[in-house]
Formats: sequence, C-alpha cells, structure tokens
Amino acid sequence: MSLLSMIGVSDEIRRMSFRQIAFQVLNFLMIVASALMIWKGLMVLTGSGSPIVVVLSGSMEPAFQRGDLLFLTNYEKDPVNIGDIVVFKIDGRDIPIVHRVIKFHQKEDGTMKILTKGDNNSVNDRGLYAPGQFWLDRKDIVGRARGFVPYVGWLTICMNDFPRLKYFVLGTLGLFVVLRRE
Amino acid sequence: MYSLWTRLHAIFAFTLSSLTAMTFLFFLSTAFHQYTTDVKLGTGKVVVKSVPDYTVSRDELDLGVITFDIDANLTDLFNWNVKELFVYLAAEYQTKDNQINQVVLWDKIIQRGQSGIVSAKNVHSKYYFWDDGRGLRQTPVKLSLNWNVIPNAGLLPNFAGQGEHTFIFPAEYAKGARA
Repeated sequence: MSLLSMIGVSDEIRRMSFRQIAFQVLNFLMIVASALMIWKGLMVLTGSGSPIVVVLSGSMEPAFQRGDLLFLTNYEKDPVNIGDIVVFKIDGRDIPIVHRVIKFHQKEDGTMKILTKGDNNSVNDRGLYAPGQFWLDRKDIVGRARGFVPYVGWLTICMNDFPRLKYFVLGTLGLFVVLRRE
Repeated sequence: MYSLWTRLHAIFAFTLSSLTAMTFLFFLSTAFHQYTTDVKLGTGKVVVKSVPDYTVSRDELDLGVITFDIDANLTDLFNWNVKELFVYLAAEYQTKDNQINQVVLWDKIIQRGQSGIVSAKNVHSKYYFWDDGRGLRQTPVKLSLNWNVIPNAGLLPNFAGQGEHTFIFPAEYAKGARA
C-alpha cells in the first residue's frame, strides 16, 4: 500500500516536472521561432534578402564606421539613383559591400549599368568587381540603405570575431530561459 | 532576492531600453524634415571629346569636359540629427542608347561643425564624364546639386537643391588629348 502510494506520489511529481520541463522547452522554442519569424517577416516587408547589415569596413567613412547598423530595402519598383548607398554582392566574394552609386545607365528594355564607389576610397569599385566585370547589374544589389543606427553592430562583430563569446552568450541565454522558474 | 546581480541586471535593462526609446524619439524628431535650399549652378567651358576609356575597353567613347560654378549655403540644413552631408553634383541626360544616364561629376563631404558654404568657380569635374557610348554630342544635360543626409540615427534621405542648370554639348568633337 505504502509502496503504491509512494509510486503514485512520485508519479505525480514526475508528471508535474515533465509538464514543467515541457513548458520550459516550448518557451525556449517559442523565443527561437519568434526571432526567426521577425527576421523572415522583415525580409518580406523590405523585399531584401538581408534587411539589416553591419558595416564591416571604413570605406564609407566618415558617414559609416565599422560596427554601425544599416536597414535595407530592396523594392523592385524603386528606381536606382546616383547618390544612393547600396549593398551589393560580387561573384566569388562572401561578404557584401556597402558603397555609393556614382554612375547609372539604363536602357529602354530595363538593362542597367551601375558603378559604385566608397566615399572614403579615391577610385571607383571596378578593382573590387569580379575579373572582367565593369558594371553592377540590378540583380547584384542586395538592398539600399534607408536607415542608420550607430554602434549597435559591434555586438555581432564581437560575436563573429570571437566564436567562443557567441557560444557563451547563446548558452547562458538558453540556460536562463530553460531554468527560469515562473 | 535583491542581490547585486539582480540590481545590476535591472540597471542594465533599464539603461538599454531608455537609450533605445531616446534614439527612436531622436529619429522621429527629424524624420519628416525637408532638407532643401536654393543652389546656383553654371557652366564655363563645355567640350566633348572622343577618347578610349581604357579601364573598360579600347573603343572610343564620348568624354565630356566641362568647368562649372557652384554657389550654395547649406549651413541651415544642419540640425541636431545631421552628422554629415554628402554633397554631389549630378549630370542627367538621355541618349539614343540609354533612357536614363546619371553621372556624379563632383562631390564633397561636409561634416557637422564644418562650413556649410559650397563655392566652386570654374572647376573641372572630379570624376570623368564618360558617356556609356557615343551619345554626348548635341545632348542637353541637366546639372543639379544633391545631398545625402547622414543622421546620428535615423533615415538616409537624398534631397535635390532648388536651382538646376541645363547646357548642351557642341556638335563637333574637340581636338587634343586633354584640356
């Protein structure tokens, strides 16, 4: 009898704790899912594959410093104009570049020739483009800088430069979420 | 309950959220500001040449060679949320080949605290005025002074100065390599 009751009690505890564990795990998944949802939602709203980028180089100084955060849009209907700051990708380079459009030609069929330059560079970007590439096309452009917040990007730069820090921060955050009792 | 750790955490969280809120208000305070002013533009020498741009190909392209004047005072455009003005002289024109042609001829960075007076007399363009083909002769070109506003935090709008200048390139190529 006492054994049965003991089993019953421990069962109860086990069920409780299972619920609690399940709740914590679901809570954790919820946070991950909402982060993903916000990111993908931003992609839909801005039309850009990377709606937020961090400035990594000083080629746009004094406008942008390393660690500044840029918000991008990439609406198909928006015209490209000289003076716009665009983010573009070059074949064979992993990291997209943030520079300003200084030359723009468009044919009647919509074909574009775009030339860019960094504010802090003395020459245009032809040396950065792929060999034999003299112009950017519309498809090379990931987005156009629309909004600017300083310094915030340092967090991701630090995390990328020191992967251990990244795992430490993510690990601690994850532990907090799972272990928090409420 | 009220350990040092929870207090530090509370202070950190509060600082972060107040900074975010203040930055957002800062952005809102100038988000709808119109950064426009009057600009006087003019041209002196206007010549078109046929020269190969060896950075692209050996084919000869039309190269515009002009001198220009700019007179503008951008001091009033600065407010508490303007870190820098990127000022650029834009040339726009239409050719047989291209519906839209836009070329930056000259630019200047004015940072906060520097003089907002833009004054150029009889200046050559900072960047080559290459056409994409051979379409510059007898083409009307619209010059305008524009600026990209770089804020401390907020939007990155482009504005055009009020006062354009239109000139037409001559029908004949000029002789000589450079001028």
